[in-house]
Amino acid sequence: MEKTPENASQAAAAPLKLFGSWASSYTHRVQLALRLKGLEFAYAEEDLGNKSGELLRLNPVYKKVPVLVHGGRALPESVIILQYLDDAWPETRPLLPADAFDRALARFWCHFADDKLGPAVGAVFASTGEDQEAAVRQVHENLALIEAELRDGAFRGRRFFGGDDVGLLDVVLGCGSYWLAVFEEVTGVRLVDADAFPLFHSWLHDFEALDEVRETIPAIDRLLEYARGVRHMLLGLAGAGDAAASSTTATPTEAPAAAAPPAPAADIAVDI
Amino acid sequence: MAAEKKGLQLLDFWVSPFGQRCRIALDEKGLPYEYLEQDLDNKSELLLRSNPVHKKIPVLLHDGRPVCESLIIVQYIDEAFAGKSPALLPADPYARAQARFWADYVDKKVYDCGTRLWKLKGDAQQQACKEMLEILKTLDSALGDGKFFGGEQFGFVDVAFVPFTAWFLSYERYGKFSVEKECPRLAAWAKRCGERDSVAKNLYPPEKVYEFIGVLKKKFGIE
Repeated sequence: MEKTPENASQAAAAPLKLFGSWASSYTHRVQLALRLKGLEFAYAEEDLGNKSGELLRLNPVYKKVPVLVHGGRALPESVIILQYLDDAWPETRPLLPADAFDRALARFWCHFADDKLGPAVGAVFASTGEDQEAAVRQVHENLALIEAELRDGAFRGRRFFGGDDVGLLDVVLGCGSYWLAVFEEVTGVRLVDADAFPLFHSWLHDFEALDEVRETIPAIDRLLEYARGVRHMLLGLAGAGDAAASSTTATPTEAPAAAAPPAPAADIAVDI
Repeated sequence: MAAEKKGLQLLDFWVSPFGQRCRIALDEKGLPYEYLEQDLDNKSELLLRSNPVHKKIPVLLHDGRPVCESLIIVQYIDEAFAGKSPALLPADPYARAQARFWADYVDKKVYDCGTRLWKLKGDAQQQACKEMLEILKTLDSALGDGKFFGGEQFGFVDVAFVPFTAWFLSYERYGKFSVEKECPRLAAWAKRCGERDSVAKNLYPPEKVYEFIGVLKKKFGIE
């Protein structure tokens, strides 16, 4: 159906409902984006250990949060939801830049955040000893790449990845980076050194100072308590193997931004 | 500093389904480009410079500026050359979200499961076979009775998935199943896509892909 101005605004006016989990950084991304766009939405908290029939119906493929329902239509996958918000509300505070090449860069680094940095941070959280040391090195390598882009690459001279205002990459990286301080506290490991990653550090500080962000990210005490519980469980499971870690009870893969054991398929990957 | 090369160049590897997505998108839009075959065992300076983070193909260079990751490249082609038809992504926001969802699903699932199918043995292979069938059935269901994943028009999801149709034969042989039998709509869709110039021109015959997997197995010392 061709999008006329009339049915466009009708569509935009339809109610929004977000299914999420309070500790899920993927959920926070959507909450933050909705707030940045000034959009009202209803919120339904999901117990990840006991998912509602409604959630399973709305996201049958992955059965995960977040899912955004707009005018009765379900949208899963946070980065897809964020781009949807831009497509459906293009005039209000765009998350993606206008230029095609800049958009490709934003998407590239969002994918990097979810495919590389997130799992590396998760690996730090789920391991101890030498394994953890290796995971920490991986996190530092990943952060160094981002720092380099801020220093003299694609994002040099910018206050935020989006420029003067936050954009898609800020939301994606930011809603997850607050876990770094929490994990540092819980594991006793140094992840974001202000000396080693000064630009990343100052970006995160500016990001976390924004009103909409402060409204979205849970209190640090709650996050710490939650993280301590998950770490305790993960270390207990480390001996029990993969099966327990993939159970539906409060899966670490869904709550902290991918606090999952390193991908088992990594060693059989064939790159072409 | 040398002047950046004008126009489009694609750093690619002949049998890569990810690279083929880009070739198909470029041909659909009628965009001329220079194809640069890469040696993945001995990566070129150009590749390493263009994709320093992942050091992988495909990479699209547009006036010397690199765009990496196949689905990001396809979207870039669609957006940078928005004036050229066909539009690979639909106009409607919800339809776009659905297209991104299914292309992402293909990305998350198909290649990795396929690799496990030919690389592993015994129970692990059985598990991979079971998963591959689930994945193909899910995609068959998403396609439904539509001509293409986007409906009447060949689009983003079709571009994302069609290169893997050249791998169906291999999945069938290793998994001991028939796509035609298990997912008839998908099989019909594959045939339909194969009739398009952009697809026919850029996919290798399934037997060639099967042969390539044989070469990989030897390389990894797998029986």
